[in-house]
Amino acid sequence: MTVPTVGEMFWAFFRTGARGFGGALPWVRRMLVEERVWLTAQEFTDIFSVSNFLPGPNVLNVTVIVGSRFHGVPGALAAVLGLIALPLVVVLVLAALYARFGQVPGIDAILHGLGAAVAGLVIATALKMAGSLLRSPRFVGFLAVTFGAIALLRWPLIPVLLGFASVSVLAAWFRRA
Amino acid sequence: MNPLATLAISFTALSLVAVGGVTPVLPEIHRIVVVRHHWLTSAQLTDLFAISHAAPGPNMLLVALIGFQVAGLPGALVATVAVCAPSCTLSYLVARVWQRFRDAPWRRAVEVGLAPITIGLMLSTGISWRVAPARGGWPPRSPARRLRSYCGRA
Repeated sequence: MTVPTVGEMFWAFFRTGARGFGGALPWVRRMLVEERVWLTAQEFTDIFSVSNFLPGPNVLNVTVIVGSRFHGVPGALAAVLGLIALPLVVVLVLAALYARFGQVPGIDAILHGLGAAVAGLVIATALKMAGSLLRSPRFVGFLAVTFGAIALLRWPLIPVLLGFASVSVLAAWFRRA
Repeated sequence: MNPLATLAISFTALSLVAVGGVTPVLPEIHRIVVVRHHWLTSAQLTDLFAISHAAPGPNMLLVALIGFQVAGLPGALVATVAVCAPSCTLSYLVARVWQRFRDAPWRRAVEVGLAPITIGLMLSTGISWRVAPARGGWPPRSPARRLRSYCGRA
């Protein structure tokens, strides 16, 4: 484990943001856990879990928490600005094109191409994060129930998350004793 | 009211309720942007939603696109800050509390308990990415319906 400087964090997140098509989260994990080794896989999963229960894009929440863990407010600001700087510029250019022409050429093709790739990346990252946890029947049970409720039954997100999370946390608590 | 102020207020409020990112709040964005303020038509909002998916970075940058349509570059910047700052501040505060209770047994239980739920959610997101562009294609035929069905639970 190394502790990055504020500048290193800015640039690492900047490069990650530039790669983050279809959502930056898989790339952020790869950068933090596999490339830079600033966090262990376990630490990342813990931070990610908490981030999902906070409002806002989960990848921004992860970025703030990681940035602040290393360098407080300056660290959080550097990481967030790094992550969104380039995407924001790209989006603004696209916005200007759209405002001028009423469409952005190539968007349909990009989306078609991205769909499968992003799906694969997100699913692969989720499985990687599950990793050794898949050996725990309790983990697999809650994972399956959550997936079934959201992806298959399309139950409302917030009640599902809050309800299942409470049961799961209680189960973890009593199991511990 | 000044459109910049309206953008700031609307998206600041949105930032603090957007648990799960931009997708669950799409109906609310639609209500603010199309129904309430008539900044965009449903078709335009759907176009911008597609653009935000094709660009790198968090899909929440959809609000920058909306802001740009409403008030140009200042609109885009105001909307982005309004949607990021409150949730980031909250994350920062929670992170500090979380660090303080590093060794508390309840913290470990919360982390262990939340992991399967959030990873299950992530798998679901992966599946919906696969399904969303394939089913019906882009741009969607009925924008309002598409927005609703994308979130699937409006």
